Amino acid sequence: MKLGFLVDLNLCMGCKGCEVACKVENKVPLHSWRLRVKYVDVGVYPETRRTYTPLRCNHCEDAPCERICPVSALHYLENGIVNIDKERCIGCAGCMMACPYGAIYMDPVTNTADKCTYCAHRIASEMMPACVVACPVEANIFGDLDDPTSHISRYIMEHQKNGGVKVRKPEKNTHPKHFYVGGGEVQLNPLASKREEGYNLFNNITHLDHIGGH
Amino acid sequence: MVEHTVAATNAIVTLDVPIPQVIWGWMITLNMWAKSIGTGVVFIGAYLLARYSDKVGEQVKVWMPIISFVFLNIFLLFTLLDLHQPLRMWHIFAYPHFTSAITVGAWMATLFTGIIFIMAVIAIKKYLLKKECKLEGLYRPLLVAAVILAVPVTMYTATIMGEATARELWQTPTELVQMILAALLCGSAVFLIIGGKWSYEIKRDLAIILGASAFLSFTIYMGEYYFGHMKAEEVAAIIAYVKEGGVYHVMFWVGQWLAFIIPMILVYFSLKSRSSSLLYLASVLAIVGLYIAKHVWLIIPQLLPLS
Repeated sequence: MKLGFLVDLNLCMGCKGCEVACKVENKVPLHSWRLRVKYVDVGVYPETRRTYTPLRCNHCEDAPCERICPVSALHYLENGIVNIDKERCIGCAGCMMACPYGAIYMDPVTNTADKCTYCAHRIASEMMPACVVACPVEANIFGDLDDPTSHISRYIMEHQKNGGVKVRKPEKNTHPKHFYVGGGEVQLNPLASKREEGYNLFNNITHLDHIGGH
Repeated sequence: MVEHTVAATNAIVTLDVPIPQVIWGWMITLNMWAKSIGTGVVFIGAYLLARYSDKVGEQVKVWMPIISFVFLNIFLLFTLLDLHQPLRMWHIFAYPHFTSAITVGAWMATLFTGIIFIMAVIAIKKYLLKKECKLEGLYRPLLVAAVILAVPVTMYTATIMGEATARELWQTPTELVQMILAALLCGSAVFLIIGGKWSYEIKRDLAIILGASAFLSFTIYMGEYYFGHMKAEEVAAIIAYVKEGGVYHVMFWVGQWLAFIIPMILVYFSLKSRSSSLLYLASVLAIVGLYIAKHVWLIIPQLLPLS
């Protein structure tokens, strides 16, 4: 079994239901996120559109975080999930330096690294990840990539024509197990959009000054 | 990217969470800088013992392990302090993960520090306290072991930087060379500072090592500065932090001038005039400047948004 994730960005409407569900399910502390939805506005008024991109751990097959972790706190589960043992983590932040997707954070309460685990605890009880359950438009598709009859496998096969299924930063050779349908450079490449002061909705804090509770 | 270079497809992030910026800060710079001194004095000390043992043997035998031990402990202390869970440091020995350069480096650095500690004890007892030391015969084999081990201890941080897949600027082969050059720069600078009364012949050797290390290191930095953007858009975006103004642009050039350019010039004039004071100044500037140069190189890849 190799669990994977797919987000159909054509369906996502940026409601952030997945983000909230993840926060609640995993008791993610303030100013930390396992899953977030990034809004990018494209075009010049009046020809503009807004894109929404949920971003979470990619559970890479060749995960740089697993490779650099000095104590195997980051490790693979048999189902392909890159899991983290917070009791073992020494807080070196090597994983944060290694992850090309910025998907790992330093928990300010426990002072250990943390990230999306595809809700491994729910999967162990044969439940879907919290974000999948919360999505009102079923944009989040989760399942076994080794099973060609699974919903995710069929979805990938259906959309793979014309390069319709993408991963983030394939050039990093991490072999992510998190796919996107309907994603362009703007959504998937952080260098394809600008981050400018004063453009943020609701929130003027663009960067964290400190990491964890250090 | 076309999305933000063409006005019609102008793309701007309008809602996102605050993203972390500097994860490894000044403590890691201090770690690398102190390690460069801690291993550099072993390389240069071994060279001096091999070539000028009759002239400066005793001094080198005493000060090499003592200086190395002090700076290795600074390196280890700040490595420990930078951990968010420093009391769990023992996990690295109890649950080692050997694909991680952090683990391999921690093991080697610990062993290396142990060897240097024994050498320091022998040197202090025999040469400073002038007492008989039963372990004296161990000094030479320990030195051989220390020199061999100093190579990977110097270089392993480059592998950590290479394993930091997110930071495209750091490529292991380049960083490996930079680490060795930093150690040679620091080692020669330290002995030029403490060897005030040594003959000019010895100082000339040290000056050449200092000047050559500075030149090669500077060349690599300039290679990245001027040609790095050709490799990848990430590298281009990172190099822009030091190319296009701002605090890191100033810091970068302060570091380059202090660590490499001025020492190279001073070494040149000292070789012409046989001036020891110029070499002293070059050494102090090189050691101070190296911290700044390394700090900028550590920070700028972390300024780039990853997602």
